[in-house]
Amino acid sequence: MIVLLGVLVVILGFVTRRNPVLVVGVAGIATGLLGKMNPQEILAAFGKAFADSRSVTVFAIVLPVIGLLERYGLREQARTLIGKLGRLSAGRFLTVYLLVRQVTAAFGLNNLGGPAQTVRPLVAPMAEAAAERTAGAKLPEKLREKVRSYSASADTVGLFFGEDCFIAIGSILLITGFVNSTYHQELEPTQLALWAVPLAVCAFVIHGARLLLLDKKLEREMALAAAENDLPLPQQPSGQSREESAK
Amino acid sequence: MIKVEWLYWLIGLVFVVMAVQMAMDRTNPKRWTSAAFWGLLGLTFPYGTGVATGATWTLPAEPLGVAVLALIVLAGFNFIGKGVPVTTTGEQREASAARLGNKLFVPALTIPLVAIVCASFLDESGLFETGKATLIGLGLGCIAALVVGMLVTGERKVSVPVHSGRSMLEAMGSALLLPQLLSVLGSIFAVAGVGTQVGKIVNGVLPDNSKYLAVIAYCVGMFLFTVIMGNAFAAFPVMTAAIGWPVLIQQMHGNEPAILAIGMLAGFSGTLCTPMAANFNIVPASLLELKDQYGPIKAQAPTALALLGCSTVIMALFAF
Repeated sequence: MIVLLGVLVVILGFVTRRNPVLVVGVAGIATGLLGKMNPQEILAAFGKAFADSRSVTVFAIVLPVIGLLERYGLREQARTLIGKLGRLSAGRFLTVYLLVRQVTAAFGLNNLGGPAQTVRPLVAPMAEAAAERTAGAKLPEKLREKVRSYSASADTVGLFFGEDCFIAIGSILLITGFVNSTYHQELEPTQLALWAVPLAVCAFVIHGARLLLLDKKLEREMALAAAENDLPLPQQPSGQSREESAK
Repeated sequence: MIKVEWLYWLIGLVFVVMAVQMAMDRTNPKRWTSAAFWGLLGLTFPYGTGVATGATWTLPAEPLGVAVLALIVLAGFNFIGKGVPVTTTGEQREASAARLGNKLFVPALTIPLVAIVCASFLDESGLFETGKATLIGLGLGCIAALVVGMLVTGERKVSVPVHSGRSMLEAMGSALLLPQLLSVLGSIFAVAGVGTQVGKIVNGVLPDNSKYLAVIAYCVGMFLFTVIMGNAFAAFPVMTAAIGWPVLIQQMHGNEPAILAIGMLAGFSGTLCTPMAANFNIVPASLLELKDQYGPIKAQAPTALALLGCSTVIMALFAF
């Protein structure tokens, strides 16, 4: 029972917003000691697990390329491109991205997107530009954060509830591996992947609807912010943008 | 044969080079400790080759553990800082975007393209270490994209992308370390028997012979356990051994693949809600330079709770 104190350390640490690195470090050492590991075993466990999990930091290899392209205006070009795509609102754009991410992940292409590869350089600036065009004004910081957060959410939800429809993905193989070796079954990955489809559909319907509602939410909050007068005044509304806001 | 360890050495090298740049960056008030942090992190990558499971030549794991503790101290007590980014102004970017146009997307699309080719067409070719084609593909994709990117932009100096990448690294700070640290915590939890304890508690409160309550206990248990561990993969064996297999499948004759697949996805809903899944929830927040680290979680939580409800209902209705 006493080893569960480590879990408590983590929960308290995150809830009180302490430095997460410190929280995790302290929780690890505390749990190890409570679980009757000696200091040398704890050090070895830290080292071993750290070496075994290097793959989660691999995305850092993307940063120099993205940094170079951003320096030469990738994000600005992404904004320009969305400007040419007609009347795509932020919510509709993100819904399309959610669908693309889900479908590609369902075919095993789960590296097609990701926060470093697509969300930061492409998806978030495009969603922001679309929201600003709909509103006809620059987004205040709070709403810009919201649009960015929703961009990240479209990527993550799409990945999670798409990849399980693919038979050779880690989670499916973990299920078959665990059940077949522990309980001596002969479970096939295809049967499992099939049962992931209904939830993939639910995920698209629910998150897609929430992304579309984001447009309404933005519109309301922009009106509110404009009323409070802490917004840069909208640019001279062109015929097109007036038509859009009436829609 | 290309090995995934080569990719880790490359990443280690990139971190070390960036650390040298940081040490020389006088605009960073904490340049020495920052350089120490990223340099040490870089060195853990090649050293890890000798510690990781299945290593062909072995090194003791304890020194790596000491290095990880040092990284925790440096990041945990705010010894890492950032300099003024070496980059272009807004106007320069606009001008360069206007000049280069959609050609700028070519290198960005090279990364996934190469990754897909490696993962799907070259996977069986024996060119890559078995089961690592996706990761290696990502690395090769980045190298290819860097070459294409330098050609497209006409950039000659290799130090420029490294500087730009370093600025992004500095902006992310210790959030970059968190996913690996959480894996460490997960494995310590496993060794210390946290999972077994949680399984016992769940078993203790579970009422007998109620199908619906058992379904709720399995799905909600997967969700909560994943929130705590940050990883549905850690929760799955424990909850399945506690409820999924003995109660839902053996005792109540549920449809095996339905229960297991949906149970796993109930765990995925938990992953959407937890800061413990730093690579999915905290890293994007820092990459997008959000003030609120929990922004993505707030955007995802309502969807996640609704999906937990869907999992429970679908399992209760269709798995028996």
